[in-house]
Amino acid sequence: MSAREDILKAVAANQPSSKLLPVVDISAVIAYDDVIKQFTTVLESIGGKVISIPDLQSVKEEMATGTQQGKVMVNAIPELGTIDQTLAEATAHQLAAVDTFFTKGIIGVAENGSVWVAESNMLNRLLPFICQHLVLLVEKKNIVATMHHAYQQVDTFSEGFGAFIAGPSKTADIEQSLVIGAHGARSLVVYLL
Amino acid sequence: MKTQDHAKAAEAFIKDEPRTDWHDETLWFIRTKRDKSVHGIPEWEQLRQWASDIKDHTLSNLSNYLIEFEKNATANGITVHWAQDAKEHNDIILEIARGHNVKRMVKSKSMLTEECHLNPFLMEHGIEVVDTDLGERIVQLRHEPPSHIVLPAIHLKKQDVSETFHEFLHTEKGNNDPQYLAEAARQHLRNKFIESQLSLTGVNFAVAETGGFVVCTNEGNADMGAHAAAVHIACMGIEKIIPKAEHLSIFLRLLARSATGQPITTYSSHFHKPRPGQQMHLVIVDNGRTKQLGRADFKNSLKCIRCAACFNTCPVYRRSGGHSYHSTVAGPIGAILNPNLNMKENADLPFASTLCGSCSNVCPVKIDIHDQLWKWRQEISAEGHVATVKKAGMKGMAFILSRPGLYRFSGKMGRWIMRKMPFLFRNKLNPWYKQREMPKAPAKSFRDWYIKNKKS
Repeated sequence: MSAREDILKAVAANQPSSKLLPVVDISAVIAYDDVIKQFTTVLESIGGKVISIPDLQSVKEEMATGTQQGKVMVNAIPELGTIDQTLAEATAHQLAAVDTFFTKGIIGVAENGSVWVAESNMLNRLLPFICQHLVLLVEKKNIVATMHHAYQQVDTFSEGFGAFIAGPSKTADIEQSLVIGAHGARSLVVYLL
Repeated sequence: MKTQDHAKAAEAFIKDEPRTDWHDETLWFIRTKRDKSVHGIPEWEQLRQWASDIKDHTLSNLSNYLIEFEKNATANGITVHWAQDAKEHNDIILEIARGHNVKRMVKSKSMLTEECHLNPFLMEHGIEVVDTDLGERIVQLRHEPPSHIVLPAIHLKKQDVSETFHEFLHTEKGNNDPQYLAEAARQHLRNKFIESQLSLTGVNFAVAETGGFVVCTNEGNADMGAHAAAVHIACMGIEKIIPKAEHLSIFLRLLARSATGQPITTYSSHFHKPRPGQQMHLVIVDNGRTKQLGRADFKNSLKCIRCAACFNTCPVYRRSGGHSYHSTVAGPIGAILNPNLNMKENADLPFASTLCGSCSNVCPVKIDIHDQLWKWRQEISAEGHVATVKKAGMKGMAFILSRPGLYRFSGKMGRWIMRKMPFLFRNKLNPWYKQREMPKAPAKSFRDWYIKNKKS
């Protein structure tokens, strides 16, 4: 018999008698008076930055300034300018030079400051991670209270890949001292529109 | 491989008293961060109950969920493999690596591959394996195992890391600044990610209804590896399955808060399909888990989501260090998982506890850890794996305690000897005298006092 059959047979023989799935009533979970305020407070407490903007003008200028300074700025937001689709095929070696990556977040979660980023907005799965700085654009109406609401609102497995991203990458592996910028982005800015 | 039992290893660990205090305080600090975070969630106890019930349900229908998960993952383009034990697991990975002519690979944290001793196996076969979690990289360079499943280098001070990095990464000698050291590791590992042909990750949760899996990190190393390399292998124990994607909401709310007090890890990555041109493999491993599933008293240990809250709160772990458990998973949860793998080798572990119950109180999936520790002690004693001295002592105690007359006489003798011949107690042969002063012997027993005073 193959390993698969052996394992499945052993599991079936040893698993305890069937227990019911619990009913998860999400009206029983925490609610916030102001989800945007909560989202901002939490994300800033974990090293991110939250800035409310009336339109995309300031973001366009930020991208232009970076480009003028010779930094590799990559855009994945149609309203912000052209998108270089060839980056989908780029290798890690090529993407290692990216300074700032601008893309859309689908929803923000107030309880933990995370933002759901879907593959269709990544251009290349590596970009949100290999860039030195990450900029996410989230609409204010898409900030939800908790993870329960987030999973109700987005089908997290509708695409090949996606991630909740909460702040810049970090580590505390050296004597519990917090260091921002482990392997992923060194900074995260969320623009709320 | 075990070289000495927990008590002996712990004795060596506590020789350096300031360092023991520092270790204790550092872990307690993480426990207090957990508490602060948890107190911000009024429904915390409800979340724990839901998580526990979902895991109970899943374990009771595990064979169907495994089949459902395999079917959906395969439809997503993921190649699913099954391994009964560590050897099969390692062979599968070597075969995939050889199939792609892999010379270099990167790994993010996977306690399962530690359990299977994958790294030394692959290196014997000429493949360079680089652990990319900062803590894991530190201990890998030092040829040490991780001492904690979430914080692998928690036993080290920044001076130790500085010395290791000076030797291997040529950082400035004596520069102990964590920022500087972490930056050096970032640069060093960036090259490894870019050059790597194969990336291996663990799995935090595998979702039966979608055939996808979730990997959580703070550093971003799982993603850097998985999205850069041409081949991604994810390894999971059979117990990582959860039924539906919506259940992730509960587990992701619990995991990081329990582990470090963070509201969520920086990255909670949902892998569903390989990217175009990429190969994605998933290895589902038993390695003793089906046996544990069949042990009515211990099956609950398979609900564990590896947050390590029980480590951080445990007074014995905090004051004995992870290495004294001579196992991949240390701490209270390790002490109930490891005897299943090898009861004789790990017979000491369930005794490395005060049975205070703090582990069970912080466990996000409500595993009855301290009850299981106590049950393992009985199982181990029945199997005859208890040290002769301890067994003789227990037998003697049982003999005396079951004979009230003898018990009273022994008490009287003991008090008399303690008063008249204290040297008989104050010596190295008495383990209760180690690091303690013996109490002053009372003139009479509580029983005598009670009889005399009860009527007044």
